[in-house]
Amino acid sequence: MTAAAPRRVVVVGASAAGLTAAETLRRAGYDGSLTLVGGEPHLPYDRPPLSKQVLTGAWEPERARLRRPADLDALALDLRLGVPAAALDPAARALTLADGTRLTYDGLIIATGVRPRRLPECGTPGVHVLRDLPDALALRERLAAGGRLVVVGAGFLGAEVASAARTLGASVTLVEPAPVPLAHAVGQRVGTHLAQVHRDHGVDVRTGTKVAGITTGAGRATGVRLSDGTTIPADDVLVAIGSEPNTEWLSGSGLRLADGVVCDRYSAAAPGIYAAGDVARWHNPLFGTDMRVEHRTNAAEQGMAAARNLLAPQQAKPFAPVPSFWSDQYDLRIQAFGHLRDHDEARVVDGDPADGGFLVAYRRGTVLTGALAVGMPPRALRPWRTALAAGTEWTRALDGPPEADQA
Amino acid sequence: MRVEVDQPRCVASGQCVLAAPAVFDQDDEGIVRLLDATPGPEHEEDVRESMAMCPAAAIRLVEG
Repeated sequence: MTAAAPRRVVVVGASAAGLTAAETLRRAGYDGSLTLVGGEPHLPYDRPPLSKQVLTGAWEPERARLRRPADLDALALDLRLGVPAAALDPAARALTLADGTRLTYDGLIIATGVRPRRLPECGTPGVHVLRDLPDALALRERLAAGGRLVVVGAGFLGAEVASAARTLGASVTLVEPAPVPLAHAVGQRVGTHLAQVHRDHGVDVRTGTKVAGITTGAGRATGVRLSDGTTIPADDVLVAIGSEPNTEWLSGSGLRLADGVVCDRYSAAAPGIYAAGDVARWHNPLFGTDMRVEHRTNAAEQGMAAARNLLAPQQAKPFAPVPSFWSDQYDLRIQAFGHLRDHDEARVVDGDPADGGFLVAYRRGTVLTGALAVGMPPRALRPWRTALAAGTEWTRALDGPPEADQA
Repeated sequence: MRVEVDQPRCVASGQCVLAAPAVFDQDDEGIVRLLDATPGPEHEEDVRESMAMCPAAAIRLVEG
């Protein structure tokens, strides 16, 4: 690790994590050169609205911009948009962009995000994925025309698109291979509840159902063929079957890649090289486990942590956040804190699913590891977040009425 | 310094309340509420932290 403070920082990735890292560097007083590389041609924009307000048409695309142009100007960036990074050579402290441009650095932050996992039929007209702004606008144009949409995959993205499509009046089928949607992420109880919410809003929810292929005719999608042989006719198909980290450009760099850029507890991948956001797999000491988190709040928090640790590696702080996410489906707000995956138990601790509003606490081993609220005031979650940040034992978290801790 | 919040953008994440509890609060729906639109300079760092953490880009700081 260089003893001298960095004077030439490159941030690769111009979405939430990369932009936040760049802003944090400036806020911390870094006045050296700062290059922000983005693979997309657009000014930095936010992704969560793409499956919500942008898709329904409630927002014009400009509203999804993360910062006003004047705020970006104030960062004095060497902004390179529309050209993705192509290769990294840590020994030479240099990276190459897709157009051949070579950039040297003495500090690097990798925030290249993820891309949608695809099916072979992706690329056929009428078969959509949803990750970037053009994806959202293409799907929005089709949904505005009404018609029949099949959503393949009932994760949060698929569920939000189903919700937006119903709001626009499309007829929607949601196909999910697992018996209960989202069960691995949030547990059976919450997954079952959300599936019912979709049914109540007129979505044909097919669980325990695999997709064998997408049918096409005259060069367009015509439907989805299921593994049981039946076919669901469709005008459009959204493939929402998860994401893959954008790490191909790092192959041969010597960085460790394993479903993301592998980092230590400081978000460092190598001396002078940090990763942040969806692409980063790091060790979260608060939960004692490696994780890669594809949530918007983590992008900002990890972008900040990576920037601070890059500037002051001797005083580096472990990145030990309580992850959080939210999802909007119909008029329901789902909000969660913690590490919900791989839980041993999920228990309703407040409210009642039958009434539409409830709070679930998650246990792994003997420790509280997560809390999720459906249709509850966000205030109800705050004491649980506090308990999560403190690494509270499960029995204590359930015993001590958390309301008592509320400020 | 003057703080502006864009309530229709707010996603009720509560990050601002964690970072700057003297400046921000949430209503019953979780939507951001400004406790102090012109906080003193001792709160500037907290407010900037809130801006950076806000997952909805709903907070702005107007200098002066």
